[in-house]
Amino acid sequence: MAQVKNKLTPFFENLNFERDDNTMVINFGPQHPSAHGQLRLVLELDGEQVVKAYPDIGYLHRGIEKMAENMTYNEFLPTTDRLDYIASTSNNYAYALAVEKLLGIDKDIPRRAQVIRTMLLEVNRIISHLFFIATHALDVGAMSVFLYAFREREFGMDLMEDYCGARLTHSAVRIGGVPLDLPEGWLENLAAWCDKVDHETKHTYEALLTENRIWRMRLEDVGVISKEDALSWGCTGIMLRGSGVEYDIRKEEPYELYDELDFDIPVSDRCDSYGRYRLYMEEIYQSTKILRQLITMYKETGPELMAHAPKYISASKEQIMTENYALMQHFVLVTQGMRPPKGEVYVPTESPKGELGFYIKSEAEPYAYRLKCRAPSFFHTGLLQEILVGTYIADVVTIIGSTNIVFGEVDR
Amino acid sequence: MRKYTPKDNVQAKAYYTDRFWVSPRVPQSPVEEGTHFAKVVETLGAQCKEAYIVDGQLVVHIDATENFNVMKTLKEQCGYTQCSEQSAVDYLAQDGEFELFWQLLNIDEAKRIRVTTRIKQGEAIESIEKLYKSANFAERELFDMFGIKVNNHPFLKRILMPDDWEGHPLLKTYPLHGDEFASWYEVDKIFGKEYRDIIGPENRDPAMIDRYDTKRFSRIGYEVPFAADYTDEEQQPVEYSDTFLVDYNKPSKTLDERK
Repeated sequence: MAQVKNKLTPFFENLNFERDDNTMVINFGPQHPSAHGQLRLVLELDGEQVVKAYPDIGYLHRGIEKMAENMTYNEFLPTTDRLDYIASTSNNYAYALAVEKLLGIDKDIPRRAQVIRTMLLEVNRIISHLFFIATHALDVGAMSVFLYAFREREFGMDLMEDYCGARLTHSAVRIGGVPLDLPEGWLENLAAWCDKVDHETKHTYEALLTENRIWRMRLEDVGVISKEDALSWGCTGIMLRGSGVEYDIRKEEPYELYDELDFDIPVSDRCDSYGRYRLYMEEIYQSTKILRQLITMYKETGPELMAHAPKYISASKEQIMTENYALMQHFVLVTQGMRPPKGEVYVPTESPKGELGFYIKSEAEPYAYRLKCRAPSFFHTGLLQEILVGTYIADVVTIIGSTNIVFGEVDR
Repeated sequence: MRKYTPKDNVQAKAYYTDRFWVSPRVPQSPVEEGTHFAKVVETLGAQCKEAYIVDGQLVVHIDATENFNVMKTLKEQCGYTQCSEQSAVDYLAQDGEFELFWQLLNIDEAKRIRVTTRIKQGEAIESIEKLYKSANFAERELFDMFGIKVNNHPFLKRILMPDDWEGHPLLKTYPLHGDEFASWYEVDKIFGKEYRDIIGPENRDPAMIDRYDTKRFSRIGYEVPFAADYTDEEQQPVEYSDTFLVDYNKPSKTLDERK
């Protein structure tokens, strides 16, 4: 029965009572604090049980793929910050790697740039995972974890700020390498931060949550995704490994230095939110392990930071200022933009959220003919319409938190 | 004469291209015998029109009508259990066609395949939602962004744009800052069509500078009160500014005295 708006009956814009079959339709979001951004979830409830869930997205749609068709390749790189803004270097990197594959220079990246990039990726992974545990715990009701996790995340963002000057939108990676060397004392700070993160994860977050009775009651057997569903719905990253599939792009299709590094891929066959929470915690330990190896690797590298590919990448500042030809090429690259070869590539990388891939179709023009960003959160949002059905409304928040979706990359 | 701008592709274009410049190509290698991909091509048989390898991934060209059967074969016989991505590329201006691609992943072998095909404008494709549920959202996005209809999709509806939107934003004919419809959409929606004259079209270009907009811009050499309307008035510039500032509001040259 439709509601009549008048003075006598209050009008609840978010509630719609369907009297016929006794279900209630509620709008969860788009401004709900635990909707992780701009998720509007239309839930049909029978009592407290979800009968039907319909995720409505697009509230943060900025047309980033359209912008990519109207920007030169270097211009577009800072825009990728706005995809998954929790860990923006992973987007920068995924895009830069895709363009490098297109140019065919992905094997020419200097060693030091590779080390720095891998470091930044792992720092971003830890930042993102700390953000996950903070907001997920807050959604479920554990307020103090949020405060502790944000403290360590803040130190991680300080590290990023020391390196590139930005805290959230880093743009710390360039096509062909990295713009800057590490500042003095950065490695010591990084090592100290790794120890701190390890210590805090073990003695604070895990101590607070892992055996916590309420936490386990809220997470165990909630948001169960079977292996078949996880594969079919396009789940990647921890959503996939939480369902017992051992697949990590860093291991299976290694890029950058991941084939030289020693780390494990934690897998859980619990298939529920608790298993995924454990995986996030375990991945933090693995990331600090990778970072410690990278600190020793950094010391054995030479000073080059950008690949030498004069057709596509500007020479160093010193060369531009001293050599005429380098200046001319720099001028052309800045005013016209690089023209990659004709063709298409799809390059997947393992971002903290899952498989972040860029499909780039180039028609040998300074502008990408088509750029498709394969965002993991987009597919994880699609999955919500299936796994929410049959759960209770109190668990909806847990499940959304557990999928770890970020709306910058869902809507793009 | 006004400069001719093509209407079938309104995206940014290079302003200069050397006449004799020949673009290189991303290297493609043939499928080698005895590899995993050779078996895939063999399994597909006649359904595969062309196959080559780019950047370690197999690219298979198929018939648009065959897409469901090809995916079924790939999923059930070749172990491609995940459809990572699908979308389209707009080649309407050049060929009157869309290029579609599906990006598939074999978890056990860590291999990726890109299945591509071409359809004419107005043609529909078959949904693969029954095989890969990830296609549910991906095909809705495909429909939303390109207007490509997908047959037998359970719920084909716009996903990122509003339901009552007109136009498909990723077409090459669609301008970056939106079309006529886009500039009136929010005015009509929030205030109503009758307010169009009062409010005016939405400025969808964040870099646009309106010199009569005194709410957001100042004028060099003039002191203009906030929100003052000076479209008709001839204002007196601040005195000291005359000596070194160019008056951009004055036309530099009068072409025809009689006008």
